[in-house]
Amino acid sequence: MALGRLSRKALLGLGGNGGRLGIGLGLVRGFETVTLPDLPYDYGALEPAISAEIMLLHHQKHHQAYVSNYNKALEQLQDAISKGDVSSVVKLQSAIKFNGGGHINHSVFWKNLAPVQEGGGEPPKRSLGWAIDTQFGSLESIVVKMNTEGAALQGSGWVWLALDKEGTKLSIETTANQDPLVTKGATLVPLLGIDVWEHAYYLQYKNVKPDYLKNIWKVVNWKYASEVFEKESP
Amino acid sequence: MAALLAPVATTKPISLPCALVPSTGLHGNLGSPRRLQWTKKMQRLCVRKAGPGKVTAKFELKPPPYPLNALEPHMSKDTFEYHWGKHHRTYVENLNKQIAGTELEGMSLEDIVVMTYNKGDFLPPFNNAAQVWNHDFFWESMKPGGGGKPSGELLQVIKRDFGSFEKFVGDFKTAAATQFGSGWAWLAYKANRLGVGNAVNPNPSEEDKKLVIVKSPNAVNPLVWDYYPLLTIDVWEHAYYLDFQVSSVIIKGIVPAFPYSHLCRVSRLRGRCTRAAFARISLYARNFIVYCECFSAD
Repeated sequence: MALGRLSRKALLGLGGNGGRLGIGLGLVRGFETVTLPDLPYDYGALEPAISAEIMLLHHQKHHQAYVSNYNKALEQLQDAISKGDVSSVVKLQSAIKFNGGGHINHSVFWKNLAPVQEGGGEPPKRSLGWAIDTQFGSLESIVVKMNTEGAALQGSGWVWLALDKEGTKLSIETTANQDPLVTKGATLVPLLGIDVWEHAYYLQYKNVKPDYLKNIWKVVNWKYASEVFEKESP
Repeated sequence: MAALLAPVATTKPISLPCALVPSTGLHGNLGSPRRLQWTKKMQRLCVRKAGPGKVTAKFELKPPPYPLNALEPHMSKDTFEYHWGKHHRTYVENLNKQIAGTELEGMSLEDIVVMTYNKGDFLPPFNNAAQVWNHDFFWESMKPGGGGKPSGELLQVIKRDFGSFEKFVGDFKTAAATQFGSGWAWLAYKANRLGVGNAVNPNPSEEDKKLVIVKSPNAVNPLVWDYYPLLTIDVWEHAYYLDFQVSSVIIKGIVPAFPYSHLCRVSRLRGRCTRAAFARISLYARNFIVYCECFSAD
């Protein structure tokens, strides 16, 4: 349905040239492409916890690659659908999951971080702070659990503080590679995601992943997590 | 030669007879439930063959067979110092801690890998054991001044199974560059080209055997599928990130080369393809690959 509506817009010349439309969306040949979102802070703003070099490469190269490859896969999917090529449609699923997941995860990740002078590292207040205390005992307990999960994660992946929006239950989850949190449960919403791919820390922390996990909490944006929690809680 | 055939085994006395015990060899029977069953009898067999006092309880971090700067500019000394000196070392140390005092202590590394794979339901030491094996194998897959093109019978097998050497190289690079996340790309020898799990060919022939390119996630390696690995490329980010960074890294110059292919008597595999025979081929193959020219698309 949405596709049909967009196709008509495209026919009206709003996006037929492949140009961008709106924030983070573009219209190309009747489907929405995604664009790389801007970071809400400078590349160097999270130093010394995360270096400017890492932030720049992570945003401009890695996230950009997920965006480009997702859009490319969508285009191929469109072609395959229009040709009734079921085999190709199915084959494209892995690229869509990986690159679409990469885009979703990184878009959340940038918002999960904030420079110290803009509140990075300040503990959650209000309802999320209360929910954490009642369900985990303390914020420290979440930090320890997420760091343990992150350090133990074999290969590439993410560690999440998740909200099950059907029951306001918080949980800690891990996903492999670029699988987004929704692959762990349809009602799970990411409040906080920590990227434990090596590209997220290697230039600065090398093989010492636990140090990265220790320091990232100094720039975690709990305000954003609280806002999502309040919005998504029933 | 024995040491080379068992590149990872500090338990040398038992590595050859026992390394592949859980398998029925390369005569088919891929995916057979029997393959991964690890009986007490097999265990005792290994220990007994090793003889008392011959088993080295701990695995050791073996240095690469060349200086750490020998693969520059394709792989920097800096990368090697972390990759071998930190990552590989950590896998070895953690494995030793995990197996100390368990029934795994004293087994060959290959046995531990296959056993702890546990049909995909990994036992705790699997990741460390497999990563120790993978890195030992990876260092052997590269060589200063490597590269080039194979000739002779090995080239014929490559042509038979991939169409051409160039196609093989292209497919290998594609496999390496398209791994979704951490993992490995492999050239491996597969005993049964049908790829049907649980199928046993009662009349195995040369036609059943095939070179394949496979990808594996994280620590997994083709030993667990009963394939025989010949070459590998590490596509964990730590393998290239200090040198090349970009995620759209293109593994360009993975150029497996077999200049001593006259030594590679593939024909010896035709009648009776044993793992030991294939290990000899593997040895030659591994010594003439170079891991070069990872570069960013930008």
